[in-house]
Amino acid sequence: MPKLVGQNYVPVDHVAKVTGRARYAEDYRVDGMLFTKLLLSPMPHARVRSIDTTAAMAMPGVRAILTADDLPDLEGAERGLTNEPMYAGEPILAVAATDELTAAEAIERIVVDLEPLPFVTDPLEALRPDGPSARLNGNAWGAPPPGGPGGPAAPAPLETIKWTAEDFGDEESGRLPMGKALEEWAFGDLDAGFASAAIVLDETFVAQSSGHHPMETRSAMAYWQNGKLFIHASTQSVAQTRGNIARWVGIPPEDVILISEYTGGGFGSKGGGAVSTSIPCLLSKKANAPVMMRITREEESYIGRARTNMTGRAKVGFTKEGRITALDLFIVQDTGAYGPLGDHRSAGLAASLIYQPAAMRWRAVNVLTNTPPRSQQRSPGPMQANGIMEPVITKAARQLGIDQLEIRRLNSPEGKALFGPVLPTGQRNHVTSAFVKEALDRGAERFGWDERKTRTGKRQGSKVRGIGVTVGPHGAGSIGWDSIMTIRPDGKLYVQSGVGNLGTHSVLDLARVAAEVLDMPWEKVEVVWGNTGNHLPWTCLSVGSQTTHGMTRANHAGAMDAVRKLKELAARDLGGAPDDYEVGGERVFRRGNPGRGMSFAQAGRRAIELGGRFDGHDLPEDINPMTKASATALAGLGLMGVAKDTYPRDGITYGFVIGFAEVEVDVETGGVTLIDFVAVGDVGTVVNPRSLVAQIKGGACLGIAHALFQKSVVDPRYGVSLSDRFHYSKPLSILDIPASMHAEAVGLADPETPVGAKGVGEPPVGAGYGAVMNAISDAVGEDVFRRAPVTSDIVLMSLENGRRMHAPLQAHV
Amino acid sequence: MSLSRRTFIKGVIAGGAVASSSAYLFRGGGSLLGQTSAPGSVERLITLVVNGQQRRVDALRQETLAMTLRYKLGLTGTKLGCDRAECGACTVLIDDVPHYACSVLTHSVRGRQVRTIEGLASPTGELHPIQRAVVDEQGFQCAFCLPGFVMAATGFLKTNPNPTREELAHGISGNLCRCQDYDKILTALMRGAEYMRGA
Repeated sequence: MPKLVGQNYVPVDHVAKVTGRARYAEDYRVDGMLFTKLLLSPMPHARVRSIDTTAAMAMPGVRAILTADDLPDLEGAERGLTNEPMYAGEPILAVAATDELTAAEAIERIVVDLEPLPFVTDPLEALRPDGPSARLNGNAWGAPPPGGPGGPAAPAPLETIKWTAEDFGDEESGRLPMGKALEEWAFGDLDAGFASAAIVLDETFVAQSSGHHPMETRSAMAYWQNGKLFIHASTQSVAQTRGNIARWVGIPPEDVILISEYTGGGFGSKGGGAVSTSIPCLLSKKANAPVMMRITREEESYIGRARTNMTGRAKVGFTKEGRITALDLFIVQDTGAYGPLGDHRSAGLAASLIYQPAAMRWRAVNVLTNTPPRSQQRSPGPMQANGIMEPVITKAARQLGIDQLEIRRLNSPEGKALFGPVLPTGQRNHVTSAFVKEALDRGAERFGWDERKTRTGKRQGSKVRGIGVTVGPHGAGSIGWDSIMTIRPDGKLYVQSGVGNLGTHSVLDLARVAAEVLDMPWEKVEVVWGNTGNHLPWTCLSVGSQTTHGMTRANHAGAMDAVRKLKELAARDLGGAPDDYEVGGERVFRRGNPGRGMSFAQAGRRAIELGGRFDGHDLPEDINPMTKASATALAGLGLMGVAKDTYPRDGITYGFVIGFAEVEVDVETGGVTLIDFVAVGDVGTVVNPRSLVAQIKGGACLGIAHALFQKSVVDPRYGVSLSDRFHYSKPLSILDIPASMHAEAVGLADPETPVGAKGVGEPPVGAGYGAVMNAISDAVGEDVFRRAPVTSDIVLMSLENGRRMHAPLQAHV
Repeated sequence: MSLSRRTFIKGVIAGGAVASSSAYLFRGGGSLLGQTSAPGSVERLITLVVNGQQRRVDALRQETLAMTLRYKLGLTGTKLGCDRAECGACTVLIDDVPHYACSVLTHSVRGRQVRTIEGLASPTGELHPIQRAVVDEQGFQCAFCLPGFVMAATGFLKTNPNPTREELAHGISGNLCRCQDYDKILTALMRGAEYMRGA
């Protein structure tokens, strides 16, 4: 039996990648292709009074101009173009011309009359009694009303909330003012928790925003043929993006053919595609020609999405042993000009999970600002929670004289750990599994925690070392998705994959599970991906670390369906009952009599002859309409395994990665050098070991960069984004990684999913973020900083002055 | 520049065969910025040597090599990640030295040897040792940055075939990756150096 799950393999797309043949969105060409350039708002908030395109349209080579008036109304949600730009850099119109230079020149000749409107870039300014609001009709997203039974949650309402001058009374202390919250939950007896605490700390932390900046920008090329829209775009989730594009363009999903075979990274910014994709689609229709939209890096810095920044205040009570008795957490989240995002909610849930407070209250305000739009960025919320909480834990451990590892182990979740608020059922949610203590122990041993501890904090010349540890959590799996696979007369297994190919290899890994269940050699498996014209099943978004969990379940279910059909088919033709048969060696055969059976190729042919549910002509009732349409199109090609994942699950799936870091701080320059990094994951059964290690290290590096230098900067006076290129947003370079980096997983199966696998993409981010900042605190003191990134000037100024000198509350600096 | 009619026509045909619309950036005729080869101006129709082949191409004075490769010669393996010399995704070799193709004018590489990711493997499809190493080590994730890294490493290893990890990291530090398992990228490219020494 081929054992595929847990084995390394060479992804089928790798040769195309190393030879340059892999085609990303901007690599496609169509005859007569036009180019587009965008006119971006120079103001952070304005209203378009009028647009004069006369001179531009008179230019030879200019073919069409698209404005917001040409776009379908999305009931107030963000569109590709706007008549009321709400951040500097928001696209107002697009020009299609025969070449890019002409399009750019045409943009220069268009006169847009803009009426400036009030704007705000800092969430706290938006909450001041007389502070400006980001929108004319509100400044914050309220709590989303509960959804109907089984239905999706209703959208959050837009509200106006201003705090009083008294609410801001605490500002001078550098602590986050806490006025009225728009969202709140609690469990346990908070007052009793604080009353019983040996120490109570109250600390404020600013977790930064930063652009996602995938290497591939959101360039896209569109054309129409026979009434269908063909769109080459970059997305994390092929199956789910088709419907989004249809909505943005205003056509039915079945008229959209999305081609996205390779995606040059997304990190959450291309979760369900990009709303800007509607621009080439509609411009192509208007110009009656294919349109290529190349998005520059600068444009990507505006429209390419960014992480939500959060200012959090945590009041935490500890017993003298270090156990957390009470946690009172208040978060002001900056959701940018659009949203709403739920990162602040994820942050609250994450804090309740990894620190297991006996009692907790979570309050939040989700504020709008006139800054580039946010979307979930790899560990959206949990990473920020690590930032807000870790300095408090570190300080408490110091005051109580407890080892930093020990205090985190003491408070860590285990088994079916509870988290979050008390639900209407009267119960709290619990996780499917948590092997955090096992991962902490494994990591401590690998890192040599006890030994390294003895040499930290001692100055050698101008250098001093420190070590840190952090538990990074994240939701790691959804349920209820579909799969389609066919065993065809050529003897091969074809697995349809609706996952985006963004480099995690989950697009292929899911087929490894199907092949393993069917005992199919990997060489005989064809994965069909990257084009909705190829009939893909209903698939999860590849965000929130859910794909490996969600799609291994769905493909396990589909493969089991194929196994059942193979056995039924064999029993029907060869006698006996289906249970008398088993599957192996590319055959279905009578148990104990391997000669009596048929090959997969024969079964594929026989299924087509029999038709009905064997070859996909009759389909299960519970699959999604998209799956049904795709399966119908594939019916008659062979024996079809098609199923929705209905496996039970007790709990919510969370994954954990523990990060261990050692840093060296130069107290004369404030510079921080990462010396060593070790990460251990509690992420269930490992499906693809090499890819898993890459995910852990890559995710940790994103967190490390956020600890040390990566950020967004916005000028509060003019409301313009200053980090509009790589150089200013400071992503990690190859010279910033430590000489030694190690990642592994405990490899303990999650008991609530058939393959045992959980997601891994996101938990390492908070682990890297927290571990590095904790290591800096270990080296130079726990009160040196309360914001990230911890740049050298923050460290140096603090050490020089004996107290923190950085702005305690200001965002985007 | 002297050219026979026959060479000229062959070159135009060859260019057209690769990218069916060979003048995406300039369509002549009615276009506003139509630049013609007026007396005294720079010749627009030039010959480049790309991946060992002579390629005739109609290039604007201000056109970058990256745009010529991608939009006129059909060589889309060279990626544009920033278009302003920050990320290295467009790295190609010019006379064996890595350059950012987004910041090199096409006219400046006349008569020089340009090598792109498409030109690394042998004509029969046998992978270059560095490509083989990247496959063996599964060095990259989304791989948008891959061509630039591989070209930068190829150029660097010509000057230092036996580098330490640290030296190689410095040699390719002009390239960014956002999936950023740089550790594995380095491992893969170190393996490439080893394969090259053995080749």
